[in-house]
Amino acid sequence: MRYLQILRVAYKALSRNKMRSSLTMLGIIIGVGAVIAMVGIGQGAKKMVDTQIASLGDNLLTIFPGSQFHGGVRSGAGTMTTLTEEDAKAIKENCSAVLRVSPVVRTGAQVVAGNLNWGTRIEGYSPDFVSIRSWSLASGTFFTDQDVRGATKVCVLGKTVVDNLFPGQSPVGEIIRINKLPFRVIGTLTPKGQNAFGHDQDDLIIVPYTTAQKKIMGITFINSIIASATDRKQINLAEEQITQLLRQRHKTPPGEEDDFRVRSQLDIASVAGSTSGVMTILLGAIASVSLIVGGIGIMNIMLVSVTERTREIGIRMAVGAKSKDILTQFLIESMVLSLFGGIVGIILGILSSQLISILLHWPIFTSVPAVALSFFFAGFVGVFFGFYPARKASNLDPIEALRYE
Amino acid sequence: MFISTEDLFKIYKLGDFEINALRGINLFIEKSEFVAIMGPSGSGKSTLMHILGCLDRPTRGRYLLDGEDISLLDRNSLARIRNSKIGFVFQSFNLLSRTTALENVELPLLYNGNSSKDNIEKAKRALSLVGLEGRENSYPNQLSGGQQQRVAIARALINNPAIILADEPTGNLDTRTSVEVMDIFQYLNKSGITIILITHEKDIASYAKRNITFRDGKIIKDEIVPNPKIAKEELLTLPVTDVKETI
Ligand SMILES: Nc1ncnc2c1ncn2[C@@H]1O[C@H](COP(=O)(O)OP(=O)(O)O)[C@@H](O)[C@H]1O
Ligand SMILES: [Mg+2]
Repeated sequence: MRYLQILRVAYKALSRNKMRSSLTMLGIIIGVGAVIAMVGIGQGAKKMVDTQIASLGDNLLTIFPGSQFHGGVRSGAGTMTTLTEEDAKAIKENCSAVLRVSPVVRTGAQVVAGNLNWGTRIEGYSPDFVSIRSWSLASGTFFTDQDVRGATKVCVLGKTVVDNLFPGQSPVGEIIRINKLPFRVIGTLTPKGQNAFGHDQDDLIIVPYTTAQKKIMGITFINSIIASATDRKQINLAEEQITQLLRQRHKTPPGEEDDFRVRSQLDIASVAGSTSGVMTILLGAIASVSLIVGGIGIMNIMLVSVTERTREIGIRMAVGAKSKDILTQFLIESMVLSLFGGIVGIILGILSSQLISILLHWPIFTSVPAVALSFFFAGFVGVFFGFYPARKASNLDPIEALRYE
Repeated sequence: MFISTEDLFKIYKLGDFEINALRGINLFIEKSEFVAIMGPSGSGKSTLMHILGCLDRPTRGRYLLDGEDISLLDRNSLARIRNSKIGFVFQSFNLLSRTTALENVELPLLYNGNSSKDNIEKAKRALSLVGLEGRENSYPNQLSGGQQQRVAIARALINNPAIILADEPTGNLDTRTSVEVMDIFQYLNKSGITIILITHEKDIASYAKRNITFRDGKIIKDEIVPNPKIAKEELLTLPVTDVKETI
């Protein structure tokens, strides 16, 4: 029996019960659709994180203060004030694999310009900030080492701050008030948009870190240090050198924990990687469960169909259909069900992942391997779960099948 | 192609209970014979026909088709014989519903493994042979009983079988339509096809050349019909009715 004819018979049989066939396909449609959508969204998110990491500067190192011993009591990581300006300077001078270093001081403040005001993040850096974060200026200039030494009240504005304090005009040269102190705006930053977590990266004001320490916050420590390695490949070496230097400077006895943490973009990328690994396993589980459920649905309907069409099977056998012919016919019917369900699922999955990507401003992504894999898996489900009913049909006794009412 | 059975038994087991549907059938049917099998209901006629048609196997005894012992063959070989050498006609027509007359007739061709280039042509020819030209695309429920039975006969013919087995083919048809069907059988028989027909109507049996009578799974009478009726002539004496045959 030729396959084209079997396909026609299958199409006829399935379209005879359109409602039933579509309900049967629903399991496969949902399974495949969910996988395609979630893989698409997951991949889009991952791409987003990747570009974000690249936009931070891909050889960026961040040094956070760590936990500290106070008579046996360990305080939480990042809360302490173990890092100083001198640490930053020492890193720049002594670590050969480190190219640039900037202390980081952060706070938040209410900022006033004319009759407008805006609450934003204030971050203090050294002039190395621009090259470490590979963040260029949209207008004006960045502050200099001299500004750092003199703790001058100059600032560089992020795009969001510009939009809120100086709508439709250039802020360079204007005066703003941070905690009532006047600051001169000397430049503005190019916009970076939201990060992977929906955080607005452009909602900040950058000042010399000394200014932040002395004029705004009144502190002497720094929150963290950012540094760039001489080269991407030198990141691990730079990390080692910094660790050694800081242990030495902080007089940490051998065997005791560091009172700081060095993090590279690679670490963050690998965290993101492992998260997406977990996602993949989860998706696989969802896919398998829904495809199995869909497969059982197909098996159920095919069993019903075999019973309903017992007489037809008998007639076909009487005119010479072999067991193999009947088996093939029913297998193809269940495969048509599952593959058609698979195709509909793929289309719905692609559409919904694109819709979600558009709503979340993520890059649109359709995973070709996921589409191909779901398609073949759907076909496999059809064969696997269609086999038992098809076999049952092919093993019918011709006479009993003909007698069946 | 000849048929011969040797001491054929068919025993159905229903729990502890046994039904002897056939008890020692010895039969020889020559090529091109036209045999009518008669007998009361439950006497084993259909059972014999299923065995002769390779749909079923005997419990005991041998069935030789052209000298080949059928009881030794497997399912696939039986299917091949049904497809190529045997045509069935049933009382209840057994057509596929929701399938056109043409496609019903084509059905055996799908399973004979040959190229299907001229399947449609063949099926059309078979339909016109039984007088159903122009009804190719009708569905069984759009055809009268007589027309449905003729579709079934066309289907039985399509693979040029050596034998046509008909189990009460006129059981659901009125007199004139029955004679029309017998006319087709006589025509086919003349072209060399062996016809074995089950009926419990004496009148229908008188169109055959040989009558065999069954009782309780045994042959009790086997006689040559001296002067078989000729359907063509009988049709001239029967009034032509506009009334559709009852189904
Ligand atoms: N599949 C079966 N199982 C049990 N008994 C059967 C079966 N088929 C036929 N019989 C019995 O065998 C006997 C002969 O049946 P059948 O050949 O159909 O008779 P006929 O066609 O002459 O009316 C009957 O008693 C019938 O009940
Ligand atoms: Mg019977």
